[in-house]
Amino acid sequence: MPNLQDELRSYIVENYLFGQDDGFRNGDSFWELGLMDSTGVLELISYVEEKYAISLESSEIIPANLDSIEKLARFVSRKIEDSSAGPEIAPAMDTPGASQ
Amino acid sequence: MCGICGVVRNDGVAQDPKLIRRMTTALRHRGPDETGFYEDSHISLGHARLSIIDLAGGHQPMQSASGSLWITFNGEIFNYIELRDELTRKGHRFLTRSDTEVILALYKQEGEACVQHLNGQWAFAIWDIANRKLFASRDRVGVRPFFYTKIDNRFLFASEIKALLECDEVKRELDLTALDQIFTLWVTLPPRTAFRNIWQLPAGHCLRVENGELRIWQYWSHQYDPNPATAANEDRTAEELLSLLTDATRLRLRSDVPVGTYLSGGLDSTLTTSLTRQVAGDRLRSFGVSFEDAEFDERPYQSEAASFLNVEHTDICCSYANIAEAFPEVIRHTEQPLLRTAPAPLYLLSNRVRQDGFKVVLTGEGADEIFGGYDIFKEAKIRRFWSDSPNSLRRPMLLKRLYPYMENVQRQPAAYLQHFFRVEATDLSNPFFSHLPRWELTSKLKMFFTDEVRTELRDKNVYAELERALPTEFWGWDKFCQAQYLEVHYLLPGYILSSQGDRMAMAHSVEARYPFLDHRVIEFAARLHASLKMKVLNEKYLLKRIAKNRLPDSIVRRPKQPYRAPDARSFVNHKPSYVDELMSADTIKSYGIFRPEAVNALISKCESGRAIGVKDNMAYVGILSTQLLVREFMHHRAKESTCQTCKTSYAATL
Repeated sequence: MPNLQDELRSYIVENYLFGQDDGFRNGDSFWELGLMDSTGVLELISYVEEKYAISLESSEIIPANLDSIEKLARFVSRKIEDSSAGPEIAPAMDTPGASQ
Repeated sequence: MCGICGVVRNDGVAQDPKLIRRMTTALRHRGPDETGFYEDSHISLGHARLSIIDLAGGHQPMQSASGSLWITFNGEIFNYIELRDELTRKGHRFLTRSDTEVILALYKQEGEACVQHLNGQWAFAIWDIANRKLFASRDRVGVRPFFYTKIDNRFLFASEIKALLECDEVKRELDLTALDQIFTLWVTLPPRTAFRNIWQLPAGHCLRVENGELRIWQYWSHQYDPNPATAANEDRTAEELLSLLTDATRLRLRSDVPVGTYLSGGLDSTLTTSLTRQVAGDRLRSFGVSFEDAEFDERPYQSEAASFLNVEHTDICCSYANIAEAFPEVIRHTEQPLLRTAPAPLYLLSNRVRQDGFKVVLTGEGADEIFGGYDIFKEAKIRRFWSDSPNSLRRPMLLKRLYPYMENVQRQPAAYLQHFFRVEATDLSNPFFSHLPRWELTSKLKMFFTDEVRTELRDKNVYAELERALPTEFWGWDKFCQAQYLEVHYLLPGYILSSQGDRMAMAHSVEARYPFLDHRVIEFAARLHASLKMKVLNEKYLLKRIAKNRLPDSIVRRPKQPYRAPDARSFVNHKPSYVDELMSADTIKSYGIFRPEAVNALISKCESGRAIGVKDNMAYVGILSTQLLVREFMHHRAKESTCQTCKTSYAATL
């Protein structure tokens, strides 16, 4: 997990902060940090799908899965495990966006 | 349409006769047909003429019949025939058929209030010989430009900044506050320009220079007074609008040279072409831009409109390479950084128009601002509607109706779309509610500024300055009118009519005229009830109503697609050598405005095809255009600064 977090952090810093790591925490919300524009999440999805050979369902594209380094790492590692195990994981349902 | 310039001095020292000639020469692209000068010990006036009305008699600068006044004038007074008749009845005599002489007579008759009677697009300066007084004015909405600066005992003015820079004492410095504003609002707040100590006369303003004193005042402003009666009798309101637009078009067809139109295939330009066809009668030529990149191309709509209206249409097809190659010239003309490449195809289009023998085109600009066409108005309406019931699951789904022409926005997951457009309780009372998502997104580009630039700007607050500039009436207008004001008062003159309008057309000596920006049409639209501008989420409702029986249904019903062009992609697929040079770490570092490592990361992102968002595209174009501006206008200064300080970068010396 730490390695995955480091990997994702370096992608976030390169792609959204253009190389300038200002010391944000891995638990900080990307939205609250102002890191992504409205299409930034599409870039993030393409990246993790390609890099980790996983496929995201639209119901999984919610802040609960993607909005911080920690959440993203947790979600990606679950997806990786899941893809090697077989069936799809259930989307998180504890955020307002999940029900839409 | 022309280029104007002048130098007023109040210290009795003789003028340098070469300066006004250099200044006028710098404006020759605006007026290649002839040049003229007036000089005495107090003033020099210059004029580069594009002959459109009274080809034989309209030479400038022009002296009044009485001999007491001189004028240098850029633009058109469309109601000059009616004004001339009135003035003749009052005893004025005229030596020419030109609109220029009408301004002189009207000034003689009405003094500085003369501008209230003008229907047109103008920037002019009148010199009163006996009183040694300069009076200058710019049209109501800022179609024609007027820049000025003061150096010691001299007041210099010109249609473009490059003419002012012909005076060696005028410093070539980038205004970092202007950059801060552009990287937030897309425009500078008038009178500021991208150049430090060079100012623009704001739209709807006059100025006077007398005894070395400069005074500026506003003679017209946008006022909103929506009247429910306009919605109660929709038929009559639609008839009035059609009659007004027809008359605005009729006046704008006054010309002694052929007139064409710009036809994009959208509602506004197609309606403009239709009205022009109706009034002009003869065979009409229209011109449009098409794109190799299908995301931006509107060719099928243009063909359909041209065929339906029976006009001869010419389009120029723009490739990425065309945009990249034209971009340095585009920035030389805009004289300010851009966040979009959209002016570039219009620069190429005016070239084609001129090659085909046209000096004048009518276009549809202004309709989206005054009749409520942009998605930003719709976006604000949806966000406000949603905020009335924040827990609603259905209301935010309306956000999917926004920006149907932007593929990446349409692909966005609903949860994220909602997050971007979310409404905080404090936002509702914010005067910039409608524009905050756009401005906040644009402000993110400042992450590319160097620490030195950020330090310089740390006490600046763009929103506070904008709020101070708002008229008192703003606070009493409804939210839709407030949003319209922000578009029409700032973005329209600061970008649409300048960087994308006057500067691109005049680069090739083409004059654009705008029926929707006839002040009678603007004032009529400002009295419309909100439901006639946007009925539920149907934008430009009243305009579509009058277009319904005149234009193909597919054009009236098509979703709004604002004119756009490919941004960062233009410079990635085909990269002229200047791009590598200006975006190299060395040059970025030497100019000192942006962080080289961040720019490098942005370039990598764009080149790998990962820069799909609006923010990254704006960042790329914003950085490249700023670098071009510095190279074009300030580079020699940068070299001096670097040499003097050895280690200090250019921006840090500002």
